[in-house]
Amino acid sequence: MTPIARRGTIVALSGLAVSPVHAHLVETGFGAFYDGFAHVAVTPADLLVVVAIALFAGQRGSGAARLALFAMLIAWLAGGLVGAWWPESAAWPLSTTLTFAVAGALVALNATLRDTGVALLAVVAGLLHGLVNGATTAPAGATPLALAGAITAIFCVTAILSAEVAALPAGWPRVAVRVAGSWIAAAGLLMLGWLLRPGG
Amino acid sequence: MNAPVIGIAPRHLVGILLALLALTSAAAWAQEETGQAAGFLTGLSHPVSVLDHVLAMVALGLWGAVLGPPAIWVLPVAFPLVMALGGLLGLLGIPVPGAEVGIAVSAIALGAKVLLEARPPLWLAAAIVAFFAIFHGHAHGRELPEGTSALLYSLGFVVATGLLHAVGILLGVAHRWSAGRQAVRIAGGGVACAGLFFLWRAIA
Repeated sequence: MTPIARRGTIVALSGLAVSPVHAHLVETGFGAFYDGFAHVAVTPADLLVVVAIALFAGQRGSGAARLALFAMLIAWLAGGLVGAWWPESAAWPLSTTLTFAVAGALVALNATLRDTGVALLAVVAGLLHGLVNGATTAPAGATPLALAGAITAIFCVTAILSAEVAALPAGWPRVAVRVAGSWIAAAGLLMLGWLLRPGG
Repeated sequence: MNAPVIGIAPRHLVGILLALLALTSAAAWAQEETGQAAGFLTGLSHPVSVLDHVLAMVALGLWGAVLGPPAIWVLPVAFPLVMALGGLLGLLGIPVPGAEVGIAVSAIALGAKVLLEARPPLWLAAAIVAFFAIFHGHAHGRELPEGTSALLYSLGFVVATGLLHAVGILLGVAHRWSAGRQAVRIAGGGVACAGLFFLWRAIA
């Protein structure tokens, strides 16, 4: 197996390993930090937006990836802190679905966007999801340490994925990234349907 | 290709990713919620449990392999998006008449294109595929069982459909060799025949 194929397999396995679950605040038994860390991994909407932004930033090169990485982290942290004091923001499923659907569509299209545009997208996504995150986990007893854990998880996923994608050669590996983006966008479109359906 | 990016060499990333995998999987399975898992698994299994959908998706992958680049990757990128649009229409209550007939015709058309090794311009191939994707999404994208996660169902449904395309593309690799080329064409003919059966069943 070539190094690229091996890395792809590991990324795919990571996705499979975390996909069947979704919880507001996971209790790992290792403390609040790891509860927050695991929360991102088991919240599909959060995981999808982080993956989509990471893939898109990676597509746009290492400069965009560095900007997006730190922009999303800071925005997520700010959103999380605000959300903890503003529980009403918990009911924004339409907005959080739209963010990962749009990010996935940009990956599928391999859209050309300036580094600042990628960072702006990361900020919007980070703020929105952080806000909802803070609002949903704070009433469940999440501490700032849990938020730090979530931020660390986002850092790990974004840094690893965007670095991998930025380093990918042209051809099939980059096509696979676009296909992954189209899957995320398609899941988002269907989710929009569930949210907007009459009587839904 | 292997230059360090964001200060981490790609070979080190594999180790980090493995460590992350160990952390996330342990936490995830420890907190499994059956409703959520059921959503993903139902979405994943639904496309492979409907034979007309399976055959049409595999035929799409085969056709992509026959057409070669760039169609081989344009079609699998475009199809899930348009299929989801069909699902969205269905969920919003916008009717698409003759969805079952459309799915059967998609198997006939895609199978026939593989059999005849049809090579239309890329825009026309994409338009044909997008047209049929609406029917597949409308008919299958909204069959969510009660009490399961809609997002994970949708994700599973899209991933399974994409994997069926991949199966078709992988089988289509045989098209490079003369014996394989005949086998791929025969497979296309088989899908078209099955499509005729589905059409008869949909109309009868």
